Amino acid sequence: MNTVVQLCYFVAAVLFILGLKGMSSPRTARKGIVWAGIGMVLATVATFFHPDLHHAVNYLLIILAIAVSGGLAWWSGKRVPMTDMPQMVALYNGMGGGAAAAIGAVELFKAVSQIGATSAQQLAAQKDLGLEQVEQFAAGHSHVGSLLGADHAVLGISGALIGAVAFSGSLVAWAKLDGRLHRNQLLPAQQLVNLGVFVATVLFAILSYYTDGSAVIIVFFVLALVFGVFMAIPIGGADMPVVISLFNALTGLAVGFEGYLLGNPAMIIAGTVVGAAGSLLTQLMAKAMNRPLTNVLFSGFGTATADAGSDPEGEMKAIQAEDAAIMMGYANQVVIAPGYGMAVAQAQHKVWELVELLQERDVSVKFAIHPVAGRMPGHMNVLLAEAGVPYDLIYDMEEINAEFDRTDVVVVIGANDVVNPAAKNDPSSPIYGMPILDVAAAHNVIVIKRGKGKGFSGVENHLFFADNCRMLFNDGQKAAGELIQVLKKL
Amino acid sequence: MIEGLIALWIFMLAAFTGYEVISRVPVILHTPLMSGSNFVHGIVLVGAMVALGEASGATEQLIGFIAVILAAGNAVGGYVVTERMLEMFKTKDEQNKKGGQE
Repeated sequence: MNTVVQLCYFVAAVLFILGLKGMSSPRTARKGIVWAGIGMVLATVATFFHPDLHHAVNYLLIILAIAVSGGLAWWSGKRVPMTDMPQMVALYNGMGGGAAAAIGAVELFKAVSQIGATSAQQLAAQKDLGLEQVEQFAAGHSHVGSLLGADHAVLGISGALIGAVAFSGSLVAWAKLDGRLHRNQLLPAQQLVNLGVFVATVLFAILSYYTDGSAVIIVFFVLALVFGVFMAIPIGGADMPVVISLFNALTGLAVGFEGYLLGNPAMIIAGTVVGAAGSLLTQLMAKAMNRPLTNVLFSGFGTATADAGSDPEGEMKAIQAEDAAIMMGYANQVVIAPGYGMAVAQAQHKVWELVELLQERDVSVKFAIHPVAGRMPGHMNVLLAEAGVPYDLIYDMEEINAEFDRTDVVVVIGANDVVNPAAKNDPSSPIYGMPILDVAAAHNVIVIKRGKGKGFSGVENHLFFADNCRMLFNDGQKAAGELIQVLKKL
Repeated sequence: MIEGLIALWIFMLAAFTGYEVISRVPVILHTPLMSGSNFVHGIVLVGAMVALGEASGATEQLIGFIAVILAAGNAVGGYVVTERMLEMFKTKDEQNKKGGQE
């Protein structure tokens, strides 16, 4: 029976890899997730026949847990709006990390209780055995590390640590993206405190290896969870996608390590593949923002930097929807640069309607997507695809930047930092060096924005004060609606 | 069972596989792919089931139960969310076909 179970795991691992491969191309992406899904079902069903499972109660608990949690996740995943996808990914990722940590906890507590049991056995056995044999026996099983074996214990504890950090960190990321948490600092000198907590966590991880009681292990898990919270707290919203991707990679790694502890090849392979893929994805994202990963994690972007960067000269000039629509309606080329504001306002459908109207008037329209526009790379692409915008209208930053000086009107919808020229020409700005959409080169720029507030980085945007820039103060969806009304009458 | 050096080989090969699979992904698929890999580490469900299945004693059962709850959320939620994102990457033909049937 065990051979069949192991074969199912093997097939599942193959399906996961093929699935991920499929997901890396738009044409095969949907097949990819289905393959991976079949692998998951296969592995889950096979596990019910795993030889290590016993006790009828445990089977019932497993079925109950899968039914309740799976049902809830299915329901919440189906009804969440597309704009809230990033935080859902963060949430589900955190759950995976938590599961890996919990597996580590079960195995560690089990080891501790076995140590307890063997000492009791020794007392009973002392009457029959020679003292020498008892000492030998005790020396072999006196702490977690020696009972589990060094390799299993080290990877099991490391996996638990990483999983616990990914769990609490992802929950903070979820709370921040969902607008439930706005604080960037819990304690004074947060970074110093974080360092202290990190050192203490590692110390207790090492102690857990040498312990024979559960107290140390409990402290270890509490510290790891606290460190996850502290690590994610100072990170500003603009950097969240990178951090979620990092936690995703960490969860994969934790799953791989716990897989080794359990001797489960499917977990080792799937976890490690995700760990490696996630690390690469994290690097790609950090690179797109031109910020080294260490900078993302330790700088507290958008917290204390509000007053950094020089103040712009001049003032913002407002424009009415009528004038803006006329400008767009008689242009040769219009480029639309969407950002998170478009997602929040759910404006993508209205924007596409607007674009279709412009196309009827023979205006060439393109979408310019900054690599980190929105809350995740590709977030805008997903939203525009949802609204029915064809791929060939959507341009990457590199492709479109050369076109701005030939563009009559750029419409910036709910984007801010990714079009801020300070990133190019103000070395004192905290976002200096980040590649941007060079919209200021266009003849005219219309910025649709709800108010005069700053972007997620907390930096004043010099673009808004430029001579060729006009502000259309409105919610993205309402503004697009008004523009449509005017255009229809033109 | 997989032990010691054999596991090291597996870790190494799996890491390269993950790296290779991702390295030529267009930007538009970054979010679905992050979500998809998030689903794949939902395989932790298998480990959680074993941990709960071999648990003895209330503490182990409780933690194992939490593990299965969390892991099932990861696997099911990850699948649903990814599937919904990728639903939008249908080609024009597929969309028309579906529209025709409805």
